[in-house]
Amino acid sequence: MNIFLYFIKRLLGLVPTFIGITLISFLVMHLAPGEPMSIQADFNPKMTPEMRQRLRAQYGLDKPLYIQYLKWIKGLAALDLGKSFAPDRRPVWDKIRERLPVTLLINFISLLIVLLIAVPLGVSAAVRQGSIYDHVTTILVFIAYAAPAFWIALLLMLYFGVELGWLPISGVHSLMGYEQMSWWQKVIDWCKHLVLPVFVSSVGGLAGLSRYTRSSMLEVMRQDFITTARAKGVPEHEVIYRHALRNALLPLITILGLSLPGMIGGSVIFESIFAIPGVGQLMWSSVMARDYPVLMGNLVIVALLTLLGNLMADMGYAVADPRIRSGVQSDE
Amino acid sequence: MSNHGGFFRTFYANPLAIAGTVVVGLLLFVAVAAPLIAPYDPQAIDTWHILEAPSAAHWLGTDALGRDCLSRLVYGARISLLVGFVAVGIATLTGTLLGAVAGYYGGRIDWLIMRLVDIMLCFPTIFLIMAVIAFLQPSIWNIMAVIGLTGWMGVARLVRAEFLSLRKRDFVLAARISGASDFRIAIFHILPNALAPVLVSATLGVGGAILTESALSFLGIGVQPPVPSWGNMLTEGKDNLEIAWWLSVYPGLAILVTVLGYNLLGEGLRDALDPRTRGRK
Repeated sequence: MNIFLYFIKRLLGLVPTFIGITLISFLVMHLAPGEPMSIQADFNPKMTPEMRQRLRAQYGLDKPLYIQYLKWIKGLAALDLGKSFAPDRRPVWDKIRERLPVTLLINFISLLIVLLIAVPLGVSAAVRQGSIYDHVTTILVFIAYAAPAFWIALLLMLYFGVELGWLPISGVHSLMGYEQMSWWQKVIDWCKHLVLPVFVSSVGGLAGLSRYTRSSMLEVMRQDFITTARAKGVPEHEVIYRHALRNALLPLITILGLSLPGMIGGSVIFESIFAIPGVGQLMWSSVMARDYPVLMGNLVIVALLTLLGNLMADMGYAVADPRIRSGVQSDE
Repeated sequence: MSNHGGFFRTFYANPLAIAGTVVVGLLLFVAVAAPLIAPYDPQAIDTWHILEAPSAAHWLGTDALGRDCLSRLVYGARISLLVGFVAVGIATLTGTLLGAVAGYYGGRIDWLIMRLVDIMLCFPTIFLIMAVIAFLQPSIWNIMAVIGLTGWMGVARLVRAEFLSLRKRDFVLAARISGASDFRIAIFHILPNALAPVLVSATLGVGGAILTESALSFLGIGVQPPVPSWGNMLTEGKDNLEIAWWLSVYPGLAILVTVLGYNLLGEGLRDALDPRTRGRK
């Protein structure tokens, strides 16, 4: 099958998932006890039944559920996710849009760091399976994997922020004197603020991915074609880096795609700790304020981003591995 | 099950798995015997001794209300383990049921259930949990239910794969010819073969659920004070970061050791249960 057809097929395959995502986001918001209105209404002693009815009509809450859903989907297509319940009443999409870049930036940097460190770490541990180096890295990886990200963040703030005073512990740039800085001072200021958040968001992924690389590598090294390569006299480093590594890295593409929601989910933690104005913090504050349109908008936008990420991972896999697009392997 | 010998030999030869078992055992003991171990009442407020550094009287110091941190930590173990077990129980039951139905019947039901898995996997778990929590009161019971109901997808995939590969085997056919019902075949003939990977994923899942609970409690949407949970203890640590380092250090250490214990135990089980990796090392 040619790669273009494969792409179309995958794209069509995502349609049910897309509908499911929007449906679940919508239902989560509407079937749960306590409808969006009640929070504003219940705390207002002057609220009369007529006013309540008018408010319901204003939010479209008096229409049947499927009409509300269709209306919401129509809005989604135009990135109209409704208005926030917060006093500013701003459109939800504007709120998300201004917060998305910083979240994506931090996750992107972390992803790069994770890839650059985890893959060599995993490969080197696999090649030296059973050695002291392998044991030590394995234990370190286990510890990193079990440590709660927010606790690592607290310890780093305690040490580098409070104890040594080297790094700022909140925000993405200084509050005082930021406007007067030259552009490179601004860049340095940003970098200093991002060191800790990026580190915190990388730790979990680092552990997971290096562990995965190691086992994937060991799996490949056990296969017949590696034995064949060795038997015909291919030098060991070539066996490892040309024959084994290439095959071992293939599944990583999928793993990266699958780890996307986890990474964005992690944003909630480091953004609320380091006071970074990203979507994670927006999610948290909208939960606290019961700002349902923002909540729902966040949920659906992040899920759609993940869907896009998975599609890209799928395509990457198809480009890298001809077996996939020729349909030798089945879908699941 | 004639390979028990191989299982135990591999498991005992793995020092990390033994370490994990010891940690898990000790924690269970601490949780069960909490009233005997804790030197003070975990909720007893003592305004004369607030934010005291670790000392002979209070080994791990006191918090902003003068409560003994060690006692709170000990009682916190109960919360963590309870949430871990119940959430994983819910996730494992749901995942096994859906995975079994999907793998056994195949076809349209399988397609539907697997799409549901795909959809659920697109949402960051913590976002989904937060969205639901926004509607419910954040209580320990709601937390357990929500963590469980957002964590079943991996088990469902495992069980489904096992059912798919086994449902056409001769022993299943033999059972069917001798008149066994679908239910009987699924529960007594196929499911036992899938138990090993499910057990491994459940063990690892306990660690994951404990991490999630602590993160939610830390963010203020999980277990609510004054009930001590390691996560909400760390919130106090964050609030007093500059004056009371001990509040930020020990609860996190407790989470780390607990999750590490379950992960090591889970990985040890995996290695010992998998005939391909058994015997190597």
